[in-house]
Amino acid sequence: MNALTMPIADGWTIARRNTLKIRRSPDLLGSVITLPIVLVLLFAYVFGSVIDVPGMSYREFLLPGIFVQAVIIGAQITGYTLTLDLQKGIFDRFRSLPMAPSAVLIGQTVSDLLMNLASLVVMAVMGLIVGWRVHTSPHEAVLGFGLLLLFAYAFSWVTATVALALRTPESFNNIATMVSFPLMFVSNAFLDSSALPTPLRVVAEWNPVSTFTQAARDLFGNTSTAMKTSDAWPIQHAIPASLLWITAMLIVFVPLATRIYKQAVSS
Amino acid sequence: MSDAITAEGLVKRYGEVTALDGLSFSVPQGTVLALLGPNGAGKTTTVRVLTTLLRPDGGRATVAGCDVVGDARRLRSRIGLSGQYAAVDEHLTGAENLEMVGRLYHLGARRSKARARELLERFDLADAADRPVKGYSGGMRRRIDLAGALVADPPVLFLDEPTTGLDPRARAALWDTISELVAAGSTLLLTTQYMEEADRLADQIMVVDHGRAIARGTVDELKDQIGGNRIELTVTDAAELETARQALTRFAVGAMRTVPESLQITVPVADGPEALRQTLGRLADAGVRVRDAGLRRPTLDDVYLTLTGRQASGTDPQSREATR
Ligand SMILES: Nc1ncnc2c1ncn2[C@@H]1O[C@H](COP(=O)(O)OP(=O)(O)OP(=O)(O)O)[C@@H](O)[C@H]1O
Ligand SMILES: [Mg+2]
Repeated sequence: MNALTMPIADGWTIARRNTLKIRRSPDLLGSVITLPIVLVLLFAYVFGSVIDVPGMSYREFLLPGIFVQAVIIGAQITGYTLTLDLQKGIFDRFRSLPMAPSAVLIGQTVSDLLMNLASLVVMAVMGLIVGWRVHTSPHEAVLGFGLLLLFAYAFSWVTATVALALRTPESFNNIATMVSFPLMFVSNAFLDSSALPTPLRVVAEWNPVSTFTQAARDLFGNTSTAMKTSDAWPIQHAIPASLLWITAMLIVFVPLATRIYKQAVSS
Repeated sequence: MSDAITAEGLVKRYGEVTALDGLSFSVPQGTVLALLGPNGAGKTTTVRVLTTLLRPDGGRATVAGCDVVGDARRLRSRIGLSGQYAAVDEHLTGAENLEMVGRLYHLGARRSKARARELLERFDLADAADRPVKGYSGGMRRRIDLAGALVADPPVLFLDEPTTGLDPRARAALWDTISELVAAGSTLLLTTQYMEEADRLADQIMVVDHGRAIARGTVDELKDQIGGNRIELTVTDAAELETARQALTRFAVGAMRTVPESLQITVPVADGPEALRQTLGRLADAGVRVRDAGLRRPTLDDVYLTLTGRQASGTDPQSREATR
């Protein structure tokens, strides 16, 4: 086996291990299925009953935001699982085997991508039930889901990096919650961000969560001409901006996570 | 014969603690070296450095001809490791764990599967093969981890306290397995707390403390070095301890050990039953009332305490033990 095929073959072995694990831990699988259902119902009926957006139903506006939110939460499974594994001895086993070191993270992120896919499917079905519709062509809709999955995959590497640096599940969860909540709420995911006071509005416009939400709205056609959209570049060009974010995340965090993994398991 | 493992001046520090302090040794191919030593001696650290889990701060080491730092990947394909704490995935079954290890050794899917079944059979885990490891007992976990070390039939094996937590039957079975492997040409480095185990398996024993080797030799050499047998006596009254000590000095071939709390004296003697008979006669003459007396083979305790006692030249092993 050579330097190129080995990480792939070993990554596949690790991904298989993870999917077996997921099948055996109903709590994890349960949360991947129930969380999207709860999110959709909660936001659609609670926020939906008080918030109006011009020119379209709030639920149509909301669903892309919920998709992005679920991806952010779902990608944290990668980090959380890694901190759990760090506490056990399994990485010692991996490190003593002639496998590609990068395979552990490749396998982990790939199997978590499958979890995110499952969660997106559940969420799309829930969305259709509460009144969300796709107004674009099927291939744009597929691109929409593809973009969300790419985001999920890239963000998994970010959470992996943070988790390997922090090492314990408790500290990872604390930081993840502290960072992801402001990120999700100071954005256009749940509200029309143009109504925010100026400093918050600027933050929201440049927040990647807004970029991904806007890109999903564009690709699913959940937009309205009656709504005043922002002039900020990442909102006006949400799809290329999203791709830029994804590329940047992968370029920075894939090597970084791999390096921290090698250090984290050798002390 | 060439050496399967060589270590030259290995150093590993953890902040203030020097876990390995210039450790050097070699293990000829096809032989077994047992590392003995008290808790914190540096046994696990040695194993982790040699299996590439830890980078040494100083020194050099090779395993199966590969440098532990420069040639780690190739080295890993030639070793099997079972660490002090079982490195298994709790959510996978025993069979799935071993199969995964086989795939990661690049044995291929079919061979990995077959090998997993074979090892489960050998380690008496066939009944539990398809249950998640989560539900295994401590000893079962230990065995599945040991099986993991053998998956690829590696030429060099590292087993860190392999039989700790095993019941007598499983221990005997593991000893048989290890003997077979060594007979077939494998090299083994094992750490243990049991003299009997070192006795049964090892060609050479190295006693380590504070990250240094304090003695090395075959089982017989070490036992000779510390005296062949031990007489263990319990007297009736604390006042008799000193009398007994003096009466017994001429039988002792090494340092005597006294435990005032339990009124016990341990005397290393050259020969067995005859020494016991003479000792008891001598004590009766001196008016010491012996409550209990027995003859026993040296234990790890004796080896360790005697060797470190001699090392510290004249220091009573008892007081040394108390200050550590
Ligand atoms: N990760 C670590 N961080 C700090 N100190 C460590 C670490 N690992 C080991 N040590 C220290 O290094 C020394 C040697 O430890 P090691 O685990 O090698 O001992 P050991 O001989 O295997 O002991 P035991 O019989 O208890 O398993 C000890 O003093 C220990 O406290
Ligand atoms: Mg140890």
